[in-house]
Amino acid sequence: MRSTRLFVDFGSTFTKLVAFDLEAEELLARVQVPSTVGQDITIGLEEAFSLLSETVPIGEAERHQTVACSSAAGGLRIVCVGLVPEYTTEAGRRAALGAGAKVVGSYSFELSETELREIEEIAPDIILLTGGTDGGNRKVIIHNAAMLARCPGVGNVIVAGNKSARDDVDALFAGSGKNVIYTGNVMPEIGVLEVEAANHKIRELFIARITEAKGIGRARGMIADVIMPTPAAVLEAAKLLADGTAREPGIGELLLVDVGGATTDVYSVAKGAPTAGTVRFLGLPEPYAKRTVEGDLGLFHNLGTLKEIAEQEDVPDGFDEVVEAMCRENSVPTGEEQTECHLLLSKVAVRSAVNRHVGTLKTMVTPNGEVVVQRGKDLTAVPWVVGAGGPVSFSADPAQVLEGALFEEELPMLLKPKAPRMLLDEHYILFALGLLAQSEPAKALRLMRKYVAPLPGPERWGSRPSEKPIGIGGRTA
Amino acid sequence: MEDHLGCVITGTIGVDAHVIGTKVISRALREAGFKVVELGAQTPAEEFIMAAQETAADAMMISSLYGMAELDLEGFRDKCTEAGLEDIVLYVGGILGVARRNFAEDEAKFKQMGFDRVYPPETDIRQGIKDLKADLAQKRAERP
Repeated sequence: MRSTRLFVDFGSTFTKLVAFDLEAEELLARVQVPSTVGQDITIGLEEAFSLLSETVPIGEAERHQTVACSSAAGGLRIVCVGLVPEYTTEAGRRAALGAGAKVVGSYSFELSETELREIEEIAPDIILLTGGTDGGNRKVIIHNAAMLARCPGVGNVIVAGNKSARDDVDALFAGSGKNVIYTGNVMPEIGVLEVEAANHKIRELFIARITEAKGIGRARGMIADVIMPTPAAVLEAAKLLADGTAREPGIGELLLVDVGGATTDVYSVAKGAPTAGTVRFLGLPEPYAKRTVEGDLGLFHNLGTLKEIAEQEDVPDGFDEVVEAMCRENSVPTGEEQTECHLLLSKVAVRSAVNRHVGTLKTMVTPNGEVVVQRGKDLTAVPWVVGAGGPVSFSADPAQVLEGALFEEELPMLLKPKAPRMLLDEHYILFALGLLAQSEPAKALRLMRKYVAPLPGPERWGSRPSEKPIGIGGRTA
Repeated sequence: MEDHLGCVITGTIGVDAHVIGTKVISRALREAGFKVVELGAQTPAEEFIMAAQETAADAMMISSLYGMAELDLEGFRDKCTEAGLEDIVLYVGGILGVARRNFAEDEAKFKQMGFDRVYPPETDIRQGIKDLKADLAQKRAERP
């Protein structure tokens, strides 16, 4: 019996199931069914197992060993409450995004009653409360703790702020009925970002409580576990691909763009050190493995927004009508016009998302000569760009779509990769590789090298694509 | 109870790249028992303010050696007040203008801008530290 291992992504629209043969190190199949999280998540899961077993033999053992990630039922929704927006609120946001969450609200300084009511309306899964360096400002985090302790919309609070305020914060939450977890300060000193501890607590809480609350925990009767939000699984895959394992090297620093129906996520695994000579850094340092997510650049939900952005440059004749038609039909693009349109919009999504993710350079002329100020990560020397997500993986010309991630001469202040090689998650299985990486990183890495396939580079600009990149081995359903 | 004498933000304001002065000050302050948040050269006013907010700093010692301090620090005390830092002790020192200076004039000007103390070039840092201890002690005594 082959060593078959299964992975599930409980997505917002589809439940996806991927099967690997770990001995042969091959992808066996990928299936998807509409998500049934609304009624009972296990219905869709059962369907997916059935569908898979038409081509891949699986037994109870394989089913019970299955590990899952999830972005269903709204995904992991976090509200960040911090002190200075550019400092501890931003540090909280980075922690939340890095854990695979959606930041559904961001607040700074002392919360007002109005803001508290807003938070109640939002009803997040978790509040991430930060503020004050260790030994620094206590007033604000204590004020906010007092407010949040009496907010009915708040069930789980992770406190990752000034450690000197901990006792006071503790006293305020006592008897509030809230689940309060303490962890290390996300910004213990000015200019120092430490998000790993908070990431860890967020993930733990996700597994322990949030999956249950969303009805996803029901799947635990059938499979081994739901262990992280889907974007966290993708980030794990990106990290493994870049860094490798102790014994096998990764490919080096990379930028990954995952275009979806509702969001476009960008992940960079790179130090982002300056390449432009002497540079002054401003702002909070960014994590080595950084994720940003754009909620207004989904290829399903946000065609209107993408159309507007596209129309700021040149668009083909009849563009407007074609997009309207696609919005009405609400399905996969058909015909050459729609396909071309969809390609253009996908490229717009990639470009906008990457522009928002990368660092920036600003040159100032001073009595001392020129001063160059960098904020964020310099990704100009990053050697790899990886594309993922249906609109990229299954598009007619993935290389063209990913061009949106490249450096532009007319916008030299945006530190996008200048001369990367491109890779494609052809079968749309990165989440599964990220999950596999948790138990078998070496195999996951080798599978990645096999199935995250090279794309022809920019020398193909302007030419019509003749064929889609071919997958290696494996069947896809 | 904190185990240091106070928290001080240091740095060189604006686009001034000079760093020796602020490094000397930062080291001396640490040795004297202060907690120092060293922002370094080319620090915009906003960074001083944000750092002071997060750390609940007691004082700022701002260096400027390229002669543009008056421009760079315009409205600085007001910004502090807006940011909830009404009580923070503000010192400025260095070469505070271009051309030969009349220090008394500079001192008057910067005090009017809201700085508690102003220092000319080649000030002995020990004097600055002595002043700081005295000013902080007075502030604490005045606190309700």
